[in-house]
Amino acid sequence: MAAEEVTLSSHIQHHLTNAKMCSTDAGLAFNKACADSGFWTWNIDTLAWSIGLGLVFLWIFRSAAKKANTGVPGKFQCFIEMIVEFVGDNVRDTYHGKSSLIAPLALTIFVWVFLMNLMDLIPVDFLPAFAGFVGEQAFGMDSHDVYMKIVPTTDINMTAALAIGVFILMIGYAIKIKGIGGFLAELTLHPFSSKNKLMMVFLIPCNLLLETIALVAKPFSLALRLFGNLYAGELIFILIGAVGLMQLPLHFIWAAFHILVIVLQAFVFMMLTIVYLSMASSDNH
Amino acid sequence: MNLTATLIGELIAFTVFVLFCMKYVWPPLNGAIEARQKKIEDGLAASDRAEKDLELAQKKAAEQLKEAKAQAADIIEQAKKRATLIVDEETVRGQQEREKIIAQGHSEIEAERNRVTEELRKKVATLAVVGAEKILEREINQAAHSDIVEKLVAEL
Repeated sequence: MAAEEVTLSSHIQHHLTNAKMCSTDAGLAFNKACADSGFWTWNIDTLAWSIGLGLVFLWIFRSAAKKANTGVPGKFQCFIEMIVEFVGDNVRDTYHGKSSLIAPLALTIFVWVFLMNLMDLIPVDFLPAFAGFVGEQAFGMDSHDVYMKIVPTTDINMTAALAIGVFILMIGYAIKIKGIGGFLAELTLHPFSSKNKLMMVFLIPCNLLLETIALVAKPFSLALRLFGNLYAGELIFILIGAVGLMQLPLHFIWAAFHILVIVLQAFVFMMLTIVYLSMASSDNH
Repeated sequence: MNLTATLIGELIAFTVFVLFCMKYVWPPLNGAIEARQKKIEDGLAASDRAEKDLELAQKKAAEQLKEAKAQAADIIEQAKKRATLIVDEETVRGQQEREKIIAQGHSEIEAERNRVTEELRKKVATLAVVGAEKILEREINQAAHSDIVEKLVAEL
């Protein structure tokens, strides 16, 4: 099947590599041909799985929304409304301004991230092996050259995109609520302030440095927390998958534990998004 | 593990998903939930009100029942009184009637006796006349005179 010898480290490496696509001088290229394509590389497995799961989320919730009425809800309706109410309660408790964006944003993040994390519970070899089989049979590729990373949140691009989206909203809300002057004042006049004008001028760069770090740390922490948790979890699943028969109880224990991580990380990402946006829209620093 | 253009793709997808959710998913679901909550709240309030109404109606019914009972007792009492009154009246009237009838009987008997006495008197007179005639006849028969008178006397 595989032309080159499969070692443990190459097996793991294979699992941790995205399916890539890039355009070269000779047209579209894939995987190893994209080794030096730099920024303009598309991780097609991440894109396909995340967008597919996003569409699953929208389809499920849209079908519930279409059926929504004030009568007695069915079980499916109840389940969906339970999630909506859970997210809505969290938003109401944390975000005190008026915004029609925060709640749908939080819902999207929660369910989408949860679904993407959930892919981690599918045994690690199933889909990559299936993709390799299809690649070999249908396209005549070496199955070892077919890459398939099915958990989009183990790709830093995915989590960074979410974090950047939230970051843009944070800045947008801060400017919208406090005005551009208020936003800049927040960045420059805290935490050190002085009544002396000369002293203040001296303090502004210090404040700017501190506040900018504090501001930028938020999306970094968002992106890296989710990525780190899921990447580590995935890595341990891959390692467990490589230890032979012993993997059965080990996989069960780790998967059971990972269910917690999956829900918790989705919830944490949602909560922090709400908290950051709430901080960005509240006037008192 | 480098940041690549995937980031841009995901950012666009994220934006589109959030916008779709904001337009077509959140408002109907949240609206339905809130409307249902309102409906349940109203229903509970209505049931509370109905309960209170029922309590009030029951109290009122009990009151009316009590009143009706009292009225009925009153009416029965009155009827009893009236009945006694009527019985008394009738008794008195019967008594009077009886006395009247008895008195009438007495007077009738009296009248009859009077009439019989009168008749007897008349008969006595006639007898006297007849006796006198007989005595006159006896003028011829001296001997017979005295025993006729005696006879008359005995007849009286």
